[in-house]
Amino acid sequence: MSAAADSPGRGRYIGHPLPRPGARRLLAGRGRYTDDVLLPRTLHAAFLRSPYAHARLGAADVSEAAAMPGVHRVLTGRDFVPICTPWVGTLSHFKGMRSAPQMPLPTEKVVWAGQPVVMVIAETRAEAEDALEAIGIEFEELEPVVDLDAARAPGAPRIDADAPDNVLFRTRIESGSTADAFAGAESVAVDLRFGRHTAVTMEPRAVLADFDPGEGRLTVYQSTQTPYQFQDLYARHFGLPEARVRVIAPDVGGSFGMKLHLYHEDMAVVGASLLLKRPVKFTADRLEAFASDIHARDHRVRARLALAPDGGLRAIEVDDVTGVGPFSAYPRTSAVEGNQVVRLIGAPYRLTDYRADLTVVAQNKVQMSQYRAVGHPIACAVTERLVDLAAQRLGLDPFEIRRRNYVTDAMYPHTTPSGYRFEKLSLGTCLSKLHDLMDYPALRAEQAALRGRGIHRGIGIATYVEITNPTPAFYGVGGAHISAQDGCVLKLTPAGEVQCAISVTEQGQGTEAIVGQIVAEGLGVDRDCVRVHTGDTETTPSGGATWACRGAGIGGETALQASRKLRTRILEIAAAILQAEAKSLDIRDGAVTDPDGTPRMTLRDVANLAYYRSDLLPPDVSPALTVAHHFAPRGYPFAFTNGIHGSLVEVDVETGLVTILRHWVVEDCGRIINPLLVDEQIRGGVVQGLGAAFFEECRYGETGQLLNGSMADYLVPMACEMPDIVIAHVETPTGDTELGAKGCGEAGTAAASGAALNAVNDALHPLGASLSQLPMTPERVLRALNVI
Amino acid sequence: MKARAFDYRSVASVPEALAAHAGCAGEARYLAGGQSLLPALNLRLDAPDLLIDIGRIEALRGIAREGRTLRIGALTRHAETLRSALVAEHAPMLTQAAAFMAHPAIRNLGTMGGSLSLSDPAAELPACMRALGAAFEITGHGGTRIVAADDFFLDLFENAIAPGELLCAIRVPLPEPGTRMRFEEIARRRGDYALVGLGAKLVLAGGTIVSARLGFCSVGPTPMRAPAAEAALTGRPLDAQAIAAARAALGDDLFPDEDDSLSAAARMHLARVLLGRVLAALSDAGAPAAIEGAAA
Repeated sequence: MSAAADSPGRGRYIGHPLPRPGARRLLAGRGRYTDDVLLPRTLHAAFLRSPYAHARLGAADVSEAAAMPGVHRVLTGRDFVPICTPWVGTLSHFKGMRSAPQMPLPTEKVVWAGQPVVMVIAETRAEAEDALEAIGIEFEELEPVVDLDAARAPGAPRIDADAPDNVLFRTRIESGSTADAFAGAESVAVDLRFGRHTAVTMEPRAVLADFDPGEGRLTVYQSTQTPYQFQDLYARHFGLPEARVRVIAPDVGGSFGMKLHLYHEDMAVVGASLLLKRPVKFTADRLEAFASDIHARDHRVRARLALAPDGGLRAIEVDDVTGVGPFSAYPRTSAVEGNQVVRLIGAPYRLTDYRADLTVVAQNKVQMSQYRAVGHPIACAVTERLVDLAAQRLGLDPFEIRRRNYVTDAMYPHTTPSGYRFEKLSLGTCLSKLHDLMDYPALRAEQAALRGRGIHRGIGIATYVEITNPTPAFYGVGGAHISAQDGCVLKLTPAGEVQCAISVTEQGQGTEAIVGQIVAEGLGVDRDCVRVHTGDTETTPSGGATWACRGAGIGGETALQASRKLRTRILEIAAAILQAEAKSLDIRDGAVTDPDGTPRMTLRDVANLAYYRSDLLPPDVSPALTVAHHFAPRGYPFAFTNGIHGSLVEVDVETGLVTILRHWVVEDCGRIINPLLVDEQIRGGVVQGLGAAFFEECRYGETGQLLNGSMADYLVPMACEMPDIVIAHVETPTGDTELGAKGCGEAGTAAASGAALNAVNDALHPLGASLSQLPMTPERVLRALNVI
Repeated sequence: MKARAFDYRSVASVPEALAAHAGCAGEARYLAGGQSLLPALNLRLDAPDLLIDIGRIEALRGIAREGRTLRIGALTRHAETLRSALVAEHAPMLTQAAAFMAHPAIRNLGTMGGSLSLSDPAAELPACMRALGAAFEITGHGGTRIVAADDFFLDLFENAIAPGELLCAIRVPLPEPGTRMRFEEIARRRGDYALVGLGAKLVLAGGTIVSARLGFCSVGPTPMRAPAAEAALTGRPLDAQAIAAARAALGDDLFPDEDDSLSAAARMHLARVLLGRVLAALSDAGAPAAIEGAAA
């Protein structure tokens, strides 16, 4: 038997740092993204966008625009009413949640600056944009709801006139009695604000819809991470048979959660193709991306932590208010982020009592919804800031207070006060490993020495617990048509090579690479013989695709089990030919072998025989060399992972600028399939977290205008400002799967900003200053220092 | 975003460029490196009828010493400024500034004449030109006139170039003995427009500052001189007291506006910090960082 057959641990491919097979093609400029897809007779869409954050729509005069060169049609909200049903971004397990119904284009009013209002469809994008300038439209301005607190104030203007107020969802989690815990106890408190930021994918959103009236068939090329979800949405909302809707995600240049939400433009483009019976394409430009891609975060969290007399951490109370834009995103809702915030706060610690309130409010800004590490960075920063404050209060080192208060190894399986169940975490191991990795005592000594010379360095650490491998408990129970299982079809071709069609998808993170490694390992073939195909609802099995950190853990297990099935088939055929027992044969290096590894016949020989000379097989042996396998996790509702970050910064107290000197991560994603890809997932995630900590912020003016919606004004983290990121691993495989892999996609983002916040505050503490708002801009640092 | 349709013409000489401009019935724009103009067209912030591509006019290229002047052709790319030995020898402030200007891909195309003609007050070159006391050769149908940098920048994106005229070359005076110069800026990311930037040129004689020229970027509608701070420095040795006096006097020179990314108070504070740092670097104590202007 091959090593892989016994255990999927480190074998020929699993556990090895192999480069992605697809990377060379992308680097050579041979990527084929949605905007690269050219279909005959394609028309191009451009949108007139609302200049106002909140306004009633008046009459639109589109006659001049409709007559302009190259223009085929000008569509307004009413044109879509007969062909499209509205969508509402709520889920039934979020009790009492409400959100205004949405249509491709508005008919009554606009609710954010940048909302598409009128659609021009023309021969070229330039002609469509020319025609936009000829559209006359009246807006009657309404008072906008901008500020998080103002949105909740009594008498605030209501965004949804049918709703009693601007609150979309409220929930409370309560376990034990925090009132008792806080009574007479020492406590520390925070009031933290987290700015809005956005994904800024290298490839913006793009959609090309092609309705063929001959077959009544809709094909949509779309830059998305979840093609099956969009197949369902387009079929249901446009009344098409699902089997006649095909969604293809070609190469996708980054998504980070931003590309799994339904956007008005998507529905308008599909609707336009249905109406015009021609291919219609829309590619968001960078300004449109800032004004219409989902934004992330936007929380104000007040929390306090009660300390037990022995210095233990006892109870936490939380009030999280999050502003999500004018309505809740569809189909996953904008309540998930806040829900994860209030459930993850305090997760690594032994707490006896917990209470959290979440309020999700509407505001006239771009919709806010799931983005990489949904809720995690907020929960992590709140928790870890509280723990650092407690350490200060108790005179403990940040490492020591965590060591004393983590959930211990003896406690697993462990259920948190917020109801999350942990199979097994490695909190203490990761903490010790980080201590060594940073050479923490040396850093502290250096910090003290430099302080004497007026150099203000800060050291911060932050623990995270990460939600991965979700079951239907995530969305399915709430009624969403979002799959938590994955499917894989494996085929041994007549030439003895392997084609793999799988429902997890690729956006640049290397999904196809790890699936190829797993299949090659599971079958016993060379990785170069395995071709992995993803992202097409018509040629791959339906499944969950990419969200919430599930590609390796669920998709990988699906691929492993499918390879087991195909292996069994191959050996059954080979055994019949070789007149041997199937279980006495193995597959190694692309050949069927004896148990001692002596080759008996190649896979090409097996396949040739099955495809071309099936007459030689005994009648009871099937020639089938294609297998399908579906897998859904059935054990724990989520495979929780954990890890810890360390951050070293230097604050220039004259300018308020912070230099990020170094960043460390110790992470545990269970079985590592490809350490190279895990490391780069972590690094990319850390950079996004540091972006949130220091640079990225969607700034709004008082009238609800986005003030910095361009790459010149919105600061993405860039290489010059990023530190070296040092990574170490701990492997605690989940017992729920044979593969044992958990996710790692959120791990970098989850705690980078929390560690940086603690580091900056560590630098500022001796100066009597503290910061409680992200991003930590020079202005905010100077104000904290009372310099201005 | 797609630009509105426009005509395009490539020209080989300055007279041909001027004629093309004069011959355009609508709005014409000269196109050099295109690093600001093309985004403006794509954003539809500008929609000229004709682009006159001056990128192939040989007469606008080249850096040469002419008597007591360093003459820099308007088509000099920022990357050439950064690499030029002549610039490094005679106007090292520009070498330092070029390293702060955007990123290599932009520096490979963006031109000195283009940046100065745009007159973005947040750009490095306009501030440097005021600090260096440079002058500009501006050619129109009436011939060529010379405009001092101090008279050139009129308001936000407004300057002394009349419609149809072309900025052809920049004349930077060679530094006299005892000159020290330096450019530095404070930005949140390398390559960004500065929160505040400063080009400083001091002339010292016998340990005393006899001339001080300070050119700030990002603190007003044009690149800003700081006459009060310059006066506070002049006639004193370059020491801690002089630096403190200049920092204090800066409040009479600069009145930055509030903007959504930085408050006026923070910008003013950063201008003072930067002035202190640049002057300290130019002082004898900061000697390793100071760049002594070459004697003629």
